[in-house]
Amino acid sequence: MALFDKHKRAALFDPLLANNPIGLQMLGICSALAVTTRMDKALVMSVSLTTVAALASLAVSLIRKFTPSSVRIIVQLAIISSLVIVVDQVLKAYLYEISIELSVFVGLIITNCIVLGRTEGFAMQNPPLISLLDGIGNGLGYSLVLLTVGFIRELFGTGRVFGFQALPLVSEGGWFYPNSMFLLAPAAFFIIGVLIWFLRTWKPEQQEEN
Amino acid sequence: MRLESPAYTLGFTTVVCVVCSLLVAGSNVLLKDRQEVNRLVYLQKNLLQASGLVQPGEKIPDQKALEIYRSRIEPRLVNLQSGEYETGMDPARYDQRRARGDPRQSREAPPNPASVRRIPDVAKVYLVKDGDEYSQIVIPVEGLGLYGTLYGYLALERDTTTIRGLSFYENRETPGLGAEVDNPQWKLLWPGRKAYGDDWKPRISLVKGGAGPATEDPYHVDAVAGATMTSNGVTRMLQFWLDELGFGPYLRKVRERGGP
Amino acid sequence: MEHYLSLLVKSVFIENVALAFFLGMCSFLACSRKVETAFGLGVAVVFVQVLTLPLNNLLLRYLLAEGALTWLHESLNWVDLTFLTFIVFISTIAATVQIVEMALDRYFPALYTSLGVFLPLIAVNCAILGGSLFMAERDYNFIESVVFGFGTGFGFLLAIVALAAIRERMAYANPPGGLRGLGITFIAVGLMSIGFMMFSGMQF
Repeated sequence: MALFDKHKRAALFDPLLANNPIGLQMLGICSALAVTTRMDKALVMSVSLTTVAALASLAVSLIRKFTPSSVRIIVQLAIISSLVIVVDQVLKAYLYEISIELSVFVGLIITNCIVLGRTEGFAMQNPPLISLLDGIGNGLGYSLVLLTVGFIRELFGTGRVFGFQALPLVSEGGWFYPNSMFLLAPAAFFIIGVLIWFLRTWKPEQQEEN
Repeated sequence: MRLESPAYTLGFTTVVCVVCSLLVAGSNVLLKDRQEVNRLVYLQKNLLQASGLVQPGEKIPDQKALEIYRSRIEPRLVNLQSGEYETGMDPARYDQRRARGDPRQSREAPPNPASVRRIPDVAKVYLVKDGDEYSQIVIPVEGLGLYGTLYGYLALERDTTTIRGLSFYENRETPGLGAEVDNPQWKLLWPGRKAYGDDWKPRISLVKGGAGPATEDPYHVDAVAGATMTSNGVTRMLQFWLDELGFGPYLRKVRERGGP
Repeated sequence: MEHYLSLLVKSVFIENVALAFFLGMCSFLACSRKVETAFGLGVAVVFVQVLTLPLNNLLLRYLLAEGALTWLHESLNWVDLTFLTFIVFISTIAATVQIVEMALDRYFPALYTSLGVFLPLIAVNCAILGGSLFMAERDYNFIESVVFGFGTGFGFLLAIVALAAIRERMAYANPPGGLRGLGITFIAVGLMSIGFMMFSGMQF
């Protein structure tokens, strides 16, 4: 990674663990949970969001010096929603079955706090390359959480990983009895709560005061 | 020019809008055809699964699905009240969901357990060809599950009562529970069951606690595990669409004629 | 009539936007420290939801859907602008929020001081956009969209006020360091979500 200096590296890698957007800034969980019942859905959602976050940051940063501050939010929203529409169109054209299952949640990337938060909070003040990296980094941080939750829910809920039977089911002669509770909404909240607990026990400086 | 002057702001937003709209419209124009083919292939694959021409759970290339569909499936339009074929319209261009929402092409359904609210005057059926003969009739079914409407196809043999298969192409049920109506294992329970009793009233239903094999217990199918509401929904919608308000009159005509 | 009642109950309890669909989570967690703030945000959400959902419904019906432009001219029945749904919806929402904010500021200053701070937050609240998108996906008619808008907004209000009340009491508890704040809040939300699940399957 000699290509990037320390600053740029931080922009890309910090959001993964040290400054994870979901773990620390509690951003963007809206759409993060509903699509985590299966790994493939979570992966497609992650890739879509990372793409949108990266390109939106880049675009906003490129025009930041020409953007009047009175209309900056609406301009950012316009850019983000256009990108989301393009991503949605591409998904419908190439991954039709998954796009049906993601239903409205692709559209909700528009209001995902990570994307708008990074364009407004970072890309408006920083040059394009580093904004792009920041967008990708935050997208990846989000993806990490999403895929972890997706892995836990799919594995324990159905015994599968990416749709392949990883644990043999009792109903098919194996030993694993799937716990469908993991596929319901409450489980997602519990898993995120416990993940945050682990993350903050490991990195105590992130703990909140009581 | 100052960055905050109204003229500049207006100009700037216009430029952004034009660029964005080009991007959006461009992607739509480029990808539209592909999306439509996708949608069609998705529905057709589902129909082929219901009719058993493709095994549930079997993955086949799009091209092959289109080919089987083209050579084996013949869509027809049926007037639900009279049960006769409607010949004045082109089945390929008839949009049943839109017709159902249009007061000129549909009527309000009387209160019914399946929560079907409107019935289209004309519905699509699909005949499966086996050489020169029609071997199956596939009827579309829809009705309320737990969270939303389920849409699917029910394939019947020429006798209009022996079921060849059932497949849902759209459901909003809980993943792992109600959404298991999509499970190939569950779909394989359907072939050979009987839709109507001896009095030609719809009799097929989903039961908890294990239905026997199709030869011994033809009117029952295992309910979806852990999803009572979804299973009840499936029972109600099948009974509704097999009955007088649904495809009942049409299927009776088929029996009287001795074939589709 | 029962149909609308059923839709209302469904959107408030069974399909609670926050607890079953995870929508509006950012503000759901950020503004639930105190009951008063939570109530303010909740009311603002109901308000905006009841305004924007029917508006988006009309736009969808007479502008975006395939063949929607036939009221202009018969020959326009091939036009399908559904791909613009996202951008039209978000613009309606942003514009409505802006107008409501200005109107409140001008005519109801007291209401503005209590609600005003939440309005900008709402433009990017997923629950609002989500409501409109669900409305489009489920093909609701105009009256249904009003009922559904009120229902989702009220469901959000209910959930966020309940959560705020729980959090106010949790302030006296002493969970392990890593769970403090966000972590324990998620666990509490999970428990609430289980509570709301008992409504599922209720029908009229």
